[in-house]
Amino acid sequence: MSTERDKKGDILLEMKDIRVEGFSDERWHKIIKGIDLTLHRGQVMGLIGESGAGKSTLGLASMGFTKPGCKITSGSIFFDGQDLIKANDEEKRMLWGTKIAYVAQSAAASFNPAHRLLDQTVEASLNRNLQTKSVAEADARNLYEQLQLPDPNNIGDRYPHQVSGGQLQRMMTAMAMSPRPELIIFDEPTTALDVTTQVEVLVAMRNIVEKFNTAALYITHDLAVVAQMADVIKVLRYGHEVEEAKTREMLVSPKEDYTKSLWSVRSLEKPESPSDDFVISINNVDAAYLGGSKVLHNVNIDIPRGRTVAVVGESGSGKSTTARVITGLLQPITGSVYFNGEALPPALKDRSKEQLRRVQMIYQSADTAMNPRQTISEIVGRPLEFYHSLYGTQKQERILELLEMIELDESFYDRFPGELSGGQKQRVCIARALAADPEVIICDEVTSALDQIVQEGILQLLLRLQQEFNITYLFITHDIAVVQAISDEIVVMYQGAVVEQGLKSKIMSPPYPDYTKLLLKSVPEMDPNWLTNLVDKRD
Amino acid sequence: MHPILITIIQRLLLGLLTLFFVSIIIFSSIEFLPGDFTQAILGQAATEETVAAFRRELGLDQPAYIRYFDWIGAVLQGDFGSSFSGRNSSGVDRSRAVIDLVAPRLGNTLFLAGMAAIVSIPLSLILGITAALYRNSIYDRSVNALTLTTISFPEFFLAYLLILFFSSLWPVFPSLANVNIDTSLGERIYKCVLPALTLTLVIVAHMMRMTRAALINLLASPYIEMSQLKGISKAKVILRHALPNAWAPIATVIAFNLAYLVVGVVVVEVVFVYPGIGQLMVDSVTTRDIPVVQACVLIFATTYILLNLTADIIGIVTNPRLLHPK
Amino acid sequence: MKNHPIGYSAVAEVNRMRERRSQWQIVKLELSKAPYSAWFGIIVILAYFFVALFAPLLAPHGEAEIFTSSFAPWGGEHVFGTDQIGRDIFSRLIYGARNTIGIALATTLVSFAIGGSLGLVAAISGGWTDQILSRLVDVLMAIPGLIFALMLLTIFGSSILSLILIIAVLDSTRVFRLTRSVAISVVVMDYVEAAKLRGEKLAWIMRREILPNIMPPLIAEFGLRFSFVFLTIAALSFLGLGIQPPTADWGSMVRDNASMIQFAKYDLTAALTPMLPAGAIALLTVAVNFVVDWFLDKTSGIKDEH
Repeated sequence: MSTERDKKGDILLEMKDIRVEGFSDERWHKIIKGIDLTLHRGQVMGLIGESGAGKSTLGLASMGFTKPGCKITSGSIFFDGQDLIKANDEEKRMLWGTKIAYVAQSAAASFNPAHRLLDQTVEASLNRNLQTKSVAEADARNLYEQLQLPDPNNIGDRYPHQVSGGQLQRMMTAMAMSPRPELIIFDEPTTALDVTTQVEVLVAMRNIVEKFNTAALYITHDLAVVAQMADVIKVLRYGHEVEEAKTREMLVSPKEDYTKSLWSVRSLEKPESPSDDFVISINNVDAAYLGGSKVLHNVNIDIPRGRTVAVVGESGSGKSTTARVITGLLQPITGSVYFNGEALPPALKDRSKEQLRRVQMIYQSADTAMNPRQTISEIVGRPLEFYHSLYGTQKQERILELLEMIELDESFYDRFPGELSGGQKQRVCIARALAADPEVIICDEVTSALDQIVQEGILQLLLRLQQEFNITYLFITHDIAVVQAISDEIVVMYQGAVVEQGLKSKIMSPPYPDYTKLLLKSVPEMDPNWLTNLVDKRD
Repeated sequence: MHPILITIIQRLLLGLLTLFFVSIIIFSSIEFLPGDFTQAILGQAATEETVAAFRRELGLDQPAYIRYFDWIGAVLQGDFGSSFSGRNSSGVDRSRAVIDLVAPRLGNTLFLAGMAAIVSIPLSLILGITAALYRNSIYDRSVNALTLTTISFPEFFLAYLLILFFSSLWPVFPSLANVNIDTSLGERIYKCVLPALTLTLVIVAHMMRMTRAALINLLASPYIEMSQLKGISKAKVILRHALPNAWAPIATVIAFNLAYLVVGVVVVEVVFVYPGIGQLMVDSVTTRDIPVVQACVLIFATTYILLNLTADIIGIVTNPRLLHPK
Repeated sequence: MKNHPIGYSAVAEVNRMRERRSQWQIVKLELSKAPYSAWFGIIVILAYFFVALFAPLLAPHGEAEIFTSSFAPWGGEHVFGTDQIGRDIFSRLIYGARNTIGIALATTLVSFAIGGSLGLVAAISGGWTDQILSRLVDVLMAIPGLIFALMLLTIFGSSILSLILIIAVLDSTRVFRLTRSVAISVVVMDYVEAAKLRGEKLAWIMRREILPNIMPPLIAEFGLRFSFVFLTIAALSFLGLGIQPPTADWGSMVRDNASMIQFAKYDLTAALTPMLPAGAIALLTVAVNFVVDWFLDKTSGIKDEH
């Protein structure tokens, strides 16, 4: 398919040596540092990179647009032969919404709450008098149907807050498609969605782009997703291009080290080892938030000592709530949590210092998990004072020891969190947990905010610490690759209940309960045929 | 029932409840007066019998909660009791009903405030909207600096500046706004020019800044950026996409500033010796005429609460999420 | 287990290192970039505080000293003339700085002590404590501030102490709202949860985790509240219900000399006499607002964009 398509058309978009700067902290920072981009008609290019790579900025620049506070400082942009750098606002406005359309990450925020969806879908077409109102609306309903939106004839009469996130994202694709643009910029369109919803949206978007032979820039940080969507992939890092290749070529033989490192985490896999020595047992727990309905239904989970139990599920499945019950932040309505066979007091305030010490927690976002006004030594030192009454040189030595364990040197001792990178911050959070000498560490999505290469470093560190100190991990995640890399056992949760618990090898192979199957099947794989095969199997 | 009605009714009940608590606070102010205040009002020469009679009239021999319900019941029928002034030690009572003192002056105050509002609301909305649209332009910066300076000025400073220029040095307007029932409308307006202008200057500055901030906040929404990227013209973006969502913040700004007007009026009335409720209140505070003070506070507070209530209800009625529930 | 990916080390991990600077260096750097309005504000504020501190040394005459000629013209022994009972206007302006600023500052401090601490408590405890405090503040705020103050002054009289306490309590409602809302945005941070999970006491969390992180908005609010309190006290004094004679105070000086404006045509300086204290009030609030405006602009700076 892809070989066919990239021969398809002549050049639609050509960007040469684009440089974009953004203004913050009283000075201009370089965001895009000289990138060339050529896109043919009907071609889909994936722009992939980690946070700060400049992929969104580049995507918007292709429309001749920059966010407030940014500017294009040099380079040329030709769209369909027209120079977008020289074009004035009015000329660019004539292209936007008709020849070039944009699909944003947050559909919920990008629809105007005051207007009906249908009116917003056809707005760009009517604005340019491309079609009459009735024709445009009939076409929009047709698009809704093709995008597999429910009740396509009437859904347009609803308001944005009346439909779900996944539907809204498809609605935005319909809105972009309505004037039949030649280029659509998809800016992380599925990042905010759950995996099972993501599949539906991906299928819908791919089909419609293919059907109308629309060219597209598909911006994402997820390699597996881009493998399904793009004919060509361009890898960006720190505002530079790393490499560009056809999707299949790049997946098979990436040239650059950096590109190879993006693949590597997927190959990490911990051999599982069973155990019946349970350190924590959650027995028949029901829980609800204040004034809300039940969010946990009869949850039973056993966590074996020195092993890793991964809890997987989508948002709203109750995996984080389960962690809150274990830590005592949320008191269960019924049921209890046993630690080494003893029931823990349900409320945090009733637990002894010793009980608190044994269970530590690491958070998803290391940015918000550390007080920005405390130095690393204060952050790591506080549990030493608090639990172990270490002060002075003893405390100092122990902090340095802990820093060494997490592979950071003494130069970090009196830095502030703001001076560390994302991965370094997460390491300090691990050191803070280790400082307590815990038996169990709850890891809540600890790698999902990190770039691939950093993820692997963190996962390897966690595995090493487990071997050295026989620590037990409860690992909450939605990322199946991470589950493969670190777990011994897996717990699958859905809508507040445990679907199944068992050894990794058992859960990850058939026969599956329905939900586990749906969940596992929905996780995009690196194989560019994955989405096609998935759709074929369904039909 | 439509959810929007439920929300409005909830909001109205909350307003009533607030008013109830406010009335309790106002009522209980008399409880904190020193025990011998009756003696102080009637004068040292007052006999024990006159004092006792006065205390009975005030109902001080009864428990507080009974007096509260008597008081609030009377207030609801427009009876705020009678003033403390005009009483003397011999027991002769020449005091007037509070309502007769307050009513004509309330009319005057509303006239002055209305005059200021008619000018300042459209003016500040226009200034605020244009400043937000041409953000960071020279126009925006200078309007911004000017209004920042104006809101820092005490009302009486602005008032005396105006008097100095337009009444003393170049006598075009009177510095005394001494109107009465017989004053004709034209003369009334003429006499109120300087006080109304003072209020306008203060209000426009506040309101323009708030309008600008609310609009900039709105224009930063992703759906505004989306409409730009759909190639919609600037004018249409404002009219179709920003305006329908702007009613709630604009209503809040207007209500806030009308409430501010009500307070600012006190100082301005004193400067221009305008016979409004603000000056009545200041005089009554000086003479510790509690019933009059209570009536004034209740009127001010009710206006304030009603204004905020109106803004909230406009916000509710124009909220698409409530208008079109799931 | 596999080795680290090529060339990877945690220490060398690339991050956007910010240049390390001491607090003082940061202050100096920011000041050097401050706009003229902020500089103007800072200089005016410093000048006012200088005058307030050294009032007895700077004033040529005593605060309540009465001379034979009332309403004396400008020049000669009395730079700005004398007032209606023959007190030296210039000296009273200088003493007025001390009294008016001092009282406003004291009031703002009390207001922050009350509103700030209750706001923190409401934010951390949540639940009923928060509900009760917040509803109480709603009710207090339903009566316009100046009007409420007037009513309370009727009851408690216009002594300096009651003036400070009444305005501080009324103003603390606004401090409470701000402190509560910024503290709540910090309370939801994971590091506060981490401290709770560790078993830390409420006071420790308040002092070590929350307070350092809400200082910038609170400092800006302090400036705003100060100028608001300052204007309120000036207004009350102007109405004859604030600071009482013979204490020199700008608000009452405006009131006492207001009638002189009528003589503008015959003697402009006489007409300017009441404008001097009024202008002194205006200048200080303008200065404070300029500095706060700059500070807010600094601390709410545009976020990095990717």
